Amino acid sequence: MQTFLLVAATVLMVVIVIPLVRVWKGPTVFDRLLGANAMATKTIVLIAMIGYFYDRIGMFIDITLAYAALGFISSLALAKYMTAEANPEEANPAEAQAEDSDE
Amino acid sequence: MSDFTVLEWISAAFIVLGIGFMLIGSVGVIRLPDFYSRTHAASKTDTLGILLVIVGLMILEGFTINMGKLAFVLIFVALANPIGSHALARAAMESGLKPLLFRKKEWDGASVIADSSADSKKPSKGKKSKQTPSGNSA
Repeated sequence: MQTFLLVAATVLMVVIVIPLVRVWKGPTVFDRLLGANAMATKTIVLIAMIGYFYDRIGMFIDITLAYAALGFISSLALAKYMTAEANPEEANPAEAQAEDSDE
Repeated sequence: MSDFTVLEWISAAFIVLGIGFMLIGSVGVIRLPDFYSRTHAASKTDTLGILLVIVGLMILEGFTINMGKLAFVLIFVALANPIGSHALARAAMESGLKPLLFRKKEWDGASVIADSSADSKKPSKGKKSKQTPSGNSA
């Protein structure tokens, strides 16, 4: 079973590296974000598999949970930031109204 | 390899199936032509692949506390991964990225279609030429 998990983790590493092409030549910034997000979510499984090699599964599953939360929050924050950068009026309408009243 | 127990065979089947789904998702992220179709490839196949591999690791682990922790990881991934990719697609939509609604050959115009299938294009041109005089006479 250890050999099988080693082979599976090696194949999974190749699968993780594939979306890096999309990060490299994405036409828009969202393509790059999508590729990075896909790589981050697949890394969760790789960390959980590495725990079986060291026989320290509990510790590595904690690392997995922290990594999953980190990737999720960073993905949400970057999506929010890109939306706010595209149209600043809808992101914070109070400042936009203040600027209008100044004019 | 041949000294697997039954549970190890089941867990190996789940892991192989999950890695296959993730491979299909990775190829789709590269090959598909549009951002929204790439989102379609990345979110669903990744979620299903990760769930299958984690279920395989849970079967391998047995009834311990680590199985409960893996169940927490499974629930979190099943909730967070679709939400994250939906937020990304929504951000792209609100910042004005248009989806690709036609194939590129159709977008370039009807001449490419006429070149590729000349026999099917000629009768439609004949119909058009018949329709315009009838419109003038009416």
